Amino acid sequence: MSFLQPLLSGILTGGVYALAGIGMSLVFGVMNISNFAHGDLMMLGMYMAYFAFTLLHIDPYLSLVLIIPTAFFFGFMLEKLFINRVIHHPHQNQILLTIGLGLIMSNTALLAFTSDPKILTTTYSSSAFNLPGDISISLPLLLSFLITCVIISILYLFLAKTSTGMALRATSQNREAAQLMGINVAKMSAIAFGIGTALAATAGALIAPTYYIHPLAGHSFLLKAFTICVLGGLGSVVGAGVGGIIIGVVEAMSSTYLSTDWKDVIVFVLFLAVLLLRLEGLFGKKGGR
Amino acid sequence: MLLQLTLEVVTMLDIQNLNAGYGEMPVLRAISLSIDDGEIVSVVGSNGSGKSTLLKAISGIIKSTGSITWNHESLHVLKAHSIVQKGIVHVPEGRKIFPDMTVVENLMMGGYLCKKDCQQNLDKVFALFPKLAQRRNQLGGTMSGGEQQMLAIGRGLMGNPKLLLLDEPSLGLSPLFTEVVFSAIRTINSSGVTVLLVEQNVYQSLNISHKGYVIETGRIVLTGTGKELLNNQDVKKAFLGM
Repeated sequence: MSFLQPLLSGILTGGVYALAGIGMSLVFGVMNISNFAHGDLMMLGMYMAYFAFTLLHIDPYLSLVLIIPTAFFFGFMLEKLFINRVIHHPHQNQILLTIGLGLIMSNTALLAFTSDPKILTTTYSSSAFNLPGDISISLPLLLSFLITCVIISILYLFLAKTSTGMALRATSQNREAAQLMGINVAKMSAIAFGIGTALAATAGALIAPTYYIHPLAGHSFLLKAFTICVLGGLGSVVGAGVGGIIIGVVEAMSSTYLSTDWKDVIVFVLFLAVLLLRLEGLFGKKGGR
Repeated sequence: MLLQLTLEVVTMLDIQNLNAGYGEMPVLRAISLSIDDGEIVSVVGSNGSGKSTLLKAISGIIKSTGSITWNHESLHVLKAHSIVQKGIVHVPEGRKIFPDMTVVENLMMGGYLCKKDCQQNLDKVFALFPKLAQRRNQLGGTMSGGEQQMLAIGRGLMGNPKLLLLDEPSLGLSPLFTEVVFSAIRTINSSGVTVLLVEQNVYQSLNISHKGYVIETGRIVLTGTGKELLNNQDVKKAFLGM
């Protein structure tokens, strides 16, 4: 098989991973909290896409128009109601809270939707097209990747150009100084968590047509998102984007050249290597924040 | 009549019986001080005497008890970001500029609450510190300490302050940059901005101040005009090595 095949599918899958990683990294950057409910928020995005499709007959990619604002509002409220209470507390309290919130979400989903995996089958779920050199590209994967690119570009412009986006960056670079500029940092935290949740749910919705949808589906993605953040440097949005692509490619390569069973092993070896050799990640600052 | 009006002094910030600290540890004990409109007031004292804590309490970064009155309005009920809106801008110790933002972006964050005259403020800052205009697209984190201090003060000015709180602006600066900073403080003050200056550089700061307070382990032990304090035997002995 051509070397280009796993490389290309790796990049396409990695795009969606990047989306999940960026959401987590943004939350970490602005709030200095590792969100262990991130995977479960992705799972909620999967179910939202599933029900939008089965009940409302909306195409999963189109349903993002509904999912993104809903998820943003959900995340914003989660921060206002729960997360902001631990923002100045030790990390173990924050970890326990976000793990707890995640457990409530996954178990509520288990009660409501049962543990039977759901499959979202669109007319194009299994369609692919062929490129010269015997390379085939799955249509849903390509669509997800393109949508990811659009969303990341919008996010980039928002962070670079708008007043609120700049205030988010300022808060992540120095929370105390941001306060002294007149920035309401409590509101910035809620916005960051809202955006993080919206990105997680979007990533979930984008993979819904190609993955099994079940209440515990988020857990494997949580670890991936966390690995991506560490790889790219915690808090670095660009790093998380690149980290996502790297993880996607490494997974695809190891599935092709070793075996599918090995891909998680390789990913975690990479994770450990970063921790041992370059703790601040590829794009992080020495000393951390 | 006219003379009487111009002599009338308006108390801008009045602090009575202020206590503040970190967690269980008290740092400020029953501090009282007042700042009149148009003054430069400095608070001097050794390391750990509570100077920075005082500024943090005023700007609402840390909680405090007692009363802080700003033009007859209590500041205690306000959050830090609302205190900035009142025209009290705090330039923190260690500059705390945004390292991954350019000079212009840092200044824009200083003008975060700015609704009008924003461009005019930027021009004023560039006129005061021409070096910032030259370095406008450089990342804040890559600048030298002196340049960062100019940026921090410029960023503070972008917020249209009526009262500027400066925490150790000359800390770690070369004599040349120290001179630039102190001359900038005088320029800022003569443009109508009241300044509360916290400094370890006792001579320089008392020299440009209308009024000074000496703080020791969280208490005010001495007060007077800048000149009076400079000539005070205790101040000379403790801070000026004379």
